[in-house]
Amino acid sequence: MASVSPSQALLLAMILFALGLAGVLARRNLVFLLMSIEIMLNAAGLAFVVAGSRWHQPDGQILFILVLTLAASEVAVGLALILRIHQRNASLDADAAAKLKG
Amino acid sequence: MPPILWLIPGLPLFGFVALYLSAGRMPHRAAAAIGVGSIGLATLLAFAFAHWFLGASLPGDVYLETAWRWITIGGFDPAVAFRLDPLSLVMMLVVTFVGFLIHLYSAEFMAKDEGYGRFFAYMNLFVAAMLTLVLADNLLVLYAGWEGVGLASYLLIGFWYRDPANGAAARKAFILTRIGDTAFIIGLFLLFHELGTLDIATLMARAHETWATGSAVANAAAALLLAGALGKSAQLPLQTWLPDAMAGPTPVSALLHAATMVTAGVYLIARTHELFELAPAVEFTVAVIGAATLLLAACSALNQHDIKRILAYSTMSQIGYMFLALGVGAWTAAIFHFMTHAFFKALLFLAAGAVMMRLNDEHDIFRMGGLWRRMPVAFVSFLIGASSLAALPLVTAGFYSKDMILWGVWSSGPAGPGLWATGFVGAFITALYSFRAVFVMFFGDARRTPSGRYGWCIVAPLAVLSALALTGGFVNIPSALGNVNSFSDLLAPVLPARQEVTTASTTQAIVMAATSLLVLLGVYLAYLTYIQRAQVLRRIATSSPARALAGFWFGGWGFDTLYEHIFVRPFLALARLNRNDIVDACYGGLVVASRTLNRALSRTVTGRVRAYAAWVAVGSLAALAIALFLQ
Repeated sequence: MASVSPSQALLLAMILFALGLAGVLARRNLVFLLMSIEIMLNAAGLAFVVAGSRWHQPDGQILFILVLTLAASEVAVGLALILRIHQRNASLDADAAAKLKG
Repeated sequence: MPPILWLIPGLPLFGFVALYLSAGRMPHRAAAAIGVGSIGLATLLAFAFAHWFLGASLPGDVYLETAWRWITIGGFDPAVAFRLDPLSLVMMLVVTFVGFLIHLYSAEFMAKDEGYGRFFAYMNLFVAAMLTLVLADNLLVLYAGWEGVGLASYLLIGFWYRDPANGAAARKAFILTRIGDTAFIIGLFLLFHELGTLDIATLMARAHETWATGSAVANAAAALLLAGALGKSAQLPLQTWLPDAMAGPTPVSALLHAATMVTAGVYLIARTHELFELAPAVEFTVAVIGAATLLLAACSALNQHDIKRILAYSTMSQIGYMFLALGVGAWTAAIFHFMTHAFFKALLFLAAGAVMMRLNDEHDIFRMGGLWRRMPVAFVSFLIGASSLAALPLVTAGFYSKDMILWGVWSSGPAGPGLWATGFVGAFITALYSFRAVFVMFFGDARRTPSGRYGWCIVAPLAVLSALALTGGFVNIPSALGNVNSFSDLLAPVLPARQEVTTASTTQAIVMAATSLLVLLGVYLAYLTYIQRAQVLRRIATSSPARALAGFWFGGWGFDTLYEHIFVRPFLALARLNRNDIVDACYGGLVVASRTLNRALSRTVTGRVRAYAAWVAVGSLAALAIALFLQ
């Protein structure tokens, strides 16, 4: 199996991150918003792993595990919030939930 | 004697505490018993101490008693200590005895007042503070007493606080004396900084060792103490509070603003006279201020209508005589005049109060008239007081003390005759205004019918003070008339005579005779004007320049107006300018800025999560760009 060069891997991570960010900014459905955030988190995790393998350090993978747990708890909290918002507003539109205006 | 000197100021203080804590709920009889009794006991104790002191012949003629050490900070450890020496003995006896008589008088005079207990509380506080002042062994304790009498003066001038004018008079007195007090405490700082002690005896000794005569520091220290004395004793230029201080009850005017408190400045200078000897320029200033004040105030007394204001201006004028004596180094003469003045001026105030209380509180002498037949007691007392004030020759106490001052001034050196001339003219005006008051009040047509009669509480003090106002001067009789020197001999250890007194000098006799003649002339002129109503004098008095001058003198030489324009108005203008507090505007600006910022930022809080995410993205990009750019 041909090895992947770090720059190619980082390019992939960047594309993933940009896709996720675009999703967060463009989608209004809260579930998709959450999924886009997951994509961004994974992009960051990929960047850590790439950097770890480039310098032969285990730290990158350790940080990826941290990102995973973070993502898991974030999803748990996020889904619970989405459920509550859905019950309250009978919609999943993020902009319709803009009630915390300053 | 057991060491109970502290009880002399202590007893009135206990009286004050008891009366004050009762908050006016005490029955009148009990309040009078405590108020008068505490002073009475202090007087008895003072006389016991005097008897012991004069017989004991202590080393250095000083009895010291330390109550406790006040504070100890580094080299600064003032003790609350009392000092009995001939000078403080004289002051103590006068303060307690005259104070007691005035308290006794007040017991009846104030009987109908609802603030009876409060009155005696404040009066006791005053006596306690005054005794602390005169008995203090160091300047710090003296200063505590000094401020105490200032406080009591404020409380008693504004005693009838329901009238706002009385409150204004009280504040005026407090603020004007405060100016002097501030100078005084700065003087204490200077003395302590330079000489390292506030103990009076040590201080004077060190001042003599450290400072040369006329050195700048000595001059500054003496000038600062002098400023304190000027404020308290109502001398130029801090004199304007005294006439207004007459807003208080008459016994207050008698005790505080005639007999004792206002002479605190005289006592201070006499007590620290060694310092003033090191500052001849300041000492000369004392004499000049005294001379100026005595003439100014005497002229103002000449055309007042309010009997209490006449007496207030005359007090100022008589203290001017004391300052004149202090300024030429005739310390004993000043203290002698303080004593006789305390007798006759307290008598005059009490007699005036006795007249007013039976005329429904009438102050205007031109609405009295013809009273001598209707109230003989008040008439005789007032006549004796006025004679003593005018210094009628031979028979009155005021004659001997004033003569001692004038002779001291005359023989004091090159400036002596010039200063003497002002005192000489002042004696004439004094005779004129005192007998003007007598003739207008008690002779002529009767205009009011008095009511009521006097109890013994009023008659007894008048009688005792009358006797003292006549005979109090016999303790010191000039050589030309019999040469009695008991008073000067008593004070000699503390206040040594500066120049050799030439015995039985002809000049002295001539000077005395001239003054006596002038005084009699003044009385005769008053008689011509107010009894005979001579046409010539009437025409002079009603001419327009004389009227203008009279109006000017009536207002106390326009000092109030002057101060109004120089100090009060600019201060009020400044206050008006700063009504919205310019300094506060800085803090106000801070508030406005944060409010504006808050309004701007809260517009970005839209509640839309995606917008927030966009902002985060933009912000991160910007941060990255800056980081890259700075690299």
